[in-house]
Amino acid sequence: MTGDLVLQFLAQGAQMTMVLLIAPLAVGVVRLVKARLMRRQGPPLLQVYRDLAKLLRKESVIAESASWLFRSAPYLIFALTWVAAALVPSFASGLMFNWAADVVALVALLGAARALLALAGMDVGTSFGGIGSSREMMIATLAEPAMMLIVLTLAIAAGTTRLAGVADFFIAEPWAVRVTLALSLIALVIVALAENARIPVDNPATHLELTMVHEAMILEYSGRHLALVEAASHLKLVLYLSLLICLFAPFGMAPATAGPTGWLAGLVVWAAKLLLGAALLGVWEVSIAKMRVFRLPDFVGVAFVFGFLAILLAFLSRGAMA
Amino acid sequence: MSGAHDISHLLAGAMLVTSFALLYQERVASVLNAFAVQSITLALAVAWTAWSDNRPDLFITALIALGLKGIVIPLALRRMVERLGIHRQVEKVVGVGPALLVGLALTGLAQALVAKVATGTASHAREALALALAIVLLGFLMMIVRRNAVTQVVGFMSMENGLILAATGARGMPLVVEVSVAFSVLIALFVFAVFVFRIRERFDTVDIEALDRMRGDRR
Amino acid sequence: MLDLNASGAALGALVCVALLAAMRRGSALALVYPASATAAVVLGIVDLHVLLGGDVATAHLPIGLPTIGLHLRLDALSAFFGLVVNGGVLAASLYGMGLDRATEMTPRVEPLFALFVAAMNLVLLADDAYAFLFSWELMSLASWALVIARHIDSECRRAAHLYLVMATIGTVALLFAFGGLAGQAGGYAFSTMRNQVPQPLVAALILLAALVGCGSKGGLIPLHAWLPLAHPAAPSHVSALMSGVMTKVAIYCFVRIAFDLLGPPAWWWALPPIVLGVLTAVLGLLYAVLDGDLKRVLAYSTIENVGVIFVALGLALAFRANGQDGAAAVAMAAALLHCLNHSWFKSLLFLGAGAVLHATGRRDLDGLGGLIHRMPRTAAFFLVGALAIAALPPLNGFVSEWLLFQAVMAAPELPQAALHFASPAIGAMLALAAALAAACFVRVYGTVFLGRPRSAEAAAAHEAPLVQQVALGGLAVLCVLGGLLGSVLAWALGPVLAQTVGSALPGDGSGPTPLSLVAFDPERSIYDAPVIALFVLIASLATMLVVHRLSARRTRRGPAWDCGFPDPSPLTQYTASSFAQPLRRVYGTTAFAARETVDMPPPGDGRPARLAVASVDYAWQAFYALPARLVLRLSERLNALQFLTIRRYLGLMFAALVILLSIAALTT
Repeated sequence: MTGDLVLQFLAQGAQMTMVLLIAPLAVGVVRLVKARLMRRQGPPLLQVYRDLAKLLRKESVIAESASWLFRSAPYLIFALTWVAAALVPSFASGLMFNWAADVVALVALLGAARALLALAGMDVGTSFGGIGSSREMMIATLAEPAMMLIVLTLAIAAGTTRLAGVADFFIAEPWAVRVTLALSLIALVIVALAENARIPVDNPATHLELTMVHEAMILEYSGRHLALVEAASHLKLVLYLSLLICLFAPFGMAPATAGPTGWLAGLVVWAAKLLLGAALLGVWEVSIAKMRVFRLPDFVGVAFVFGFLAILLAFLSRGAMA
Repeated sequence: MSGAHDISHLLAGAMLVTSFALLYQERVASVLNAFAVQSITLALAVAWTAWSDNRPDLFITALIALGLKGIVIPLALRRMVERLGIHRQVEKVVGVGPALLVGLALTGLAQALVAKVATGTASHAREALALALAIVLLGFLMMIVRRNAVTQVVGFMSMENGLILAATGARGMPLVVEVSVAFSVLIALFVFAVFVFRIRERFDTVDIEALDRMRGDRR
Repeated sequence: MLDLNASGAALGALVCVALLAAMRRGSALALVYPASATAAVVLGIVDLHVLLGGDVATAHLPIGLPTIGLHLRLDALSAFFGLVVNGGVLAASLYGMGLDRATEMTPRVEPLFALFVAAMNLVLLADDAYAFLFSWELMSLASWALVIARHIDSECRRAAHLYLVMATIGTVALLFAFGGLAGQAGGYAFSTMRNQVPQPLVAALILLAALVGCGSKGGLIPLHAWLPLAHPAAPSHVSALMSGVMTKVAIYCFVRIAFDLLGPPAWWWALPPIVLGVLTAVLGLLYAVLDGDLKRVLAYSTIENVGVIFVALGLALAFRANGQDGAAAVAMAAALLHCLNHSWFKSLLFLGAGAVLHATGRRDLDGLGGLIHRMPRTAAFFLVGALAIAALPPLNGFVSEWLLFQAVMAAPELPQAALHFASPAIGAMLALAAALAAACFVRVYGTVFLGRPRSAEAAAAHEAPLVQQVALGGLAVLCVLGGLLGSVLAWALGPVLAQTVGSALPGDGSGPTPLSLVAFDPERSIYDAPVIALFVLIASLATMLVVHRLSARRTRRGPAWDCGFPDPSPLTQYTASSFAQPLRRVYGTTAFAARETVDMPPPGDGRPARLAVASVDYAWQAFYALPARLVLRLSERLNALQFLTIRRYLGLMFAALVILLSIAALTT
């Protein structure tokens, strides 16, 4: 019994570490795919690891007007995002502490990280941080209702909002063609693009302050603080990719009771799906241009409409079953 | 059997999504493209029903929908738009956001209505009917909230797409093919009538020679 | 009986102190706040005892109207709201003890603070309509007097006038509600009302009247306009009580009428509270995000929270009408916990705003800034309050928000079409309100405490007095504990839930750990705040250790990034209105017809450019300006009756006499 408990504990720890280790690789895949599609050589796959190590070694320069909030926020933001990312079932469902938060709490944890980052952006007292913070909070007000509709669709379909429960439900159900799920998938992809500050919502590679949203908030950070904030945004990308996989393509996920071999198999499958998703993100980012900030309500509004339609259609098919 | 119904449900849902896409567009060319996609999806839905329910006469309806409304009419309308210089931008009475929200409310209304009224019929027929009713209502909404003549015609035709979807779902309607052809001819005449009227409105004449003269072409 | 005796004694002592202070002014003034604090502690202990012990205490005293007397009752519902009220009173009294007697207190008005506190507690204890309405009016009048304390300021006068009008409208509505409940027999004691079930139409009218009466005191749209004017006009600790506590007394009134006195609900009773609640939540925050005065932003945010509570109450009514008592318990627990949590963090925020106002003399967001360096402890406590009100885990605001979302997830099970089609709309609007709340309070905190000071007063601010810091700190600790121990609070609500909806929380105690919060059952969803907080804490400590080991420990201070154009003026940083600009563009153009016009001078002209924002407050135009114009026009017409000749007056009397005689003759 204790051996089993120790094994479960190790598996949970392994998930937390895996998520942390694979995040820079996923971002590296996105950048490499984008570069190759634009006929550039592109950075090597492991470059992001080297960038983070370089940032850790550099000294951190802090503005004179910054406060203790500015200095401590990166640690909290990183911790909150890491815990949230570790709560999404990746290679096995039903690990030891996965029950502690459901999707609603997960979204709220990310919201807490975002609020702290926005506060840090306001802390130095220049206009760039203000631009980033105000736009980021506006985009959040557009994305959160759509996310809530997606969660409601899951609750109606699977009868639970626990991520492990939803994953188990979708593994068990035969792969039926349902409009509801397709619409929720599109809605979640749009919400994920908005939350992760990817094209068309925000350009993660821009150097023009007036086009920045996420980059403007972290403009003043350097050294180890910047390393932590960047790592947090990589983790957030892995979180959303993992969420998409867990909800819409959960085949291959090991059940909680499988032993270490089952978990290893699940890990390989999950990593493959994750890197495939990262590659698809790279292709998407190359194919479409960044939108003007005030066209974003139209774009994220599509997620809202699709999410709402998904629920109406779920009512329809549920009424049909009755 | 549920797999077949899932696919028809999927296709009907895709048609509903294209109805929303019709409301979302800003340019006339995109509206025509979205309408073409809706008609092609209708053709697929009708063809699927023909194959799975074993009603070969519906294949003809699918072909008419694909040929006439998926290809011919959008191309013809696009050429007309270019020739007559009709505005490329869709003039909106109500903005995109509020129009989409009203569309959502209409979809909910259609569903609530069908759930209340058609309690005796089979479940998949009810689903199809609710979706078709929603498409009809959205087509009507499009006619009201968009000012451009082309978009109003497109709205009317998308209403008709919804009606055909409803008709194919219903059993015991043997004249679907004939009804479709009649409707399509009616629409073609309608489209021509609208444009003749607009030309006359703008140039006070439909005389081709007079139009040539106005265009500056002297023979 | 001991409970009621103790409460009565505490209230009586408070009233005596109030009268003494009013008469003797100078020396007795010092007793007002300590007496309020002590009374709050005593009453709080009594309420806790009744809530956890579970027995109901009643009393009937022969004071007041001869036919009715004075009925008092202390049951689980009153005890819970008593805890809410007295917690806020304690914090406000501690804050009041730190006020500078010479400059900040007005001797004529301060005694009314004790009276206000006593009246609020009496409303909770009242068990008949007369005692209820008497204490309700006393509460309104005492707070009105506190609002108009600085009557030299014309804004205060206007706010107090509007408050008086709205309070009167509310009380008249409640009069109708209680009259309907008393019925033909005219029994005004609540115990008689409980046993009578009114007819469906009458019950509907009673519910609407109660919604108007309680909504006007709580701030439901469209009855909200007085709140953002009156709450900021009062002194800060009174604002804390009005926002954090008096609105909860209004909610208590609604719960008492709708869940206790009215009998079994019909399903469509849920629609008015839900619709108005959702509208209030979203519009309240839109007003808050666009406003530039610190206390007014907090008042608008109160409106939003009251809206959220009414949505929860509406859902509880809907579930109860359909017999789903478990889901009703979840919704009710969400509403009650939100009352408790909101009283804590809203009081914290208002007291913090008071500290800022005292330190800098300014309330406008665009004149503050950088206060985290000058007032570090106040800033830290205010941060806890801001994060709590934005419903961010692991603080207490998220616990009630999570329970409410669980109730919304259960709403699609409701059979009525209007309710289950509305559930996604409700969920989406609540999520929008949560995101807007986060945006609003990031804006407030970022503009007031972070950045650089935008005015000389902000640069010269000083920390609040120690006793005020204790009040702020205590509330902050309560917010943190409320977040971690949410499941304990939900368990403690058991007697109240049993009394109002007939069932305890279905998932109570069934979670994997003792402190995990389960709404329905563990398979459906769990929120375990201590585990998550522990994980976050361990993760941040581990990160700090590893990073400090691996990285260069050096930190250098340097100037902020200025893009090559150094301008040390703090005016170049984002102001509160700049922060709100994206939200104004996205939401304000539909909600308030907000239009920005830029007056740009031609090249060569040296005058500054001007940006003007014009907006229309539709709620004010439709529900206040329009009826006000109609009433004024009507009264001007009727004014002619003042100037009739003697013959005309005699004619009026004659006409009245003839009409009455004809009625008597023609109807036998």
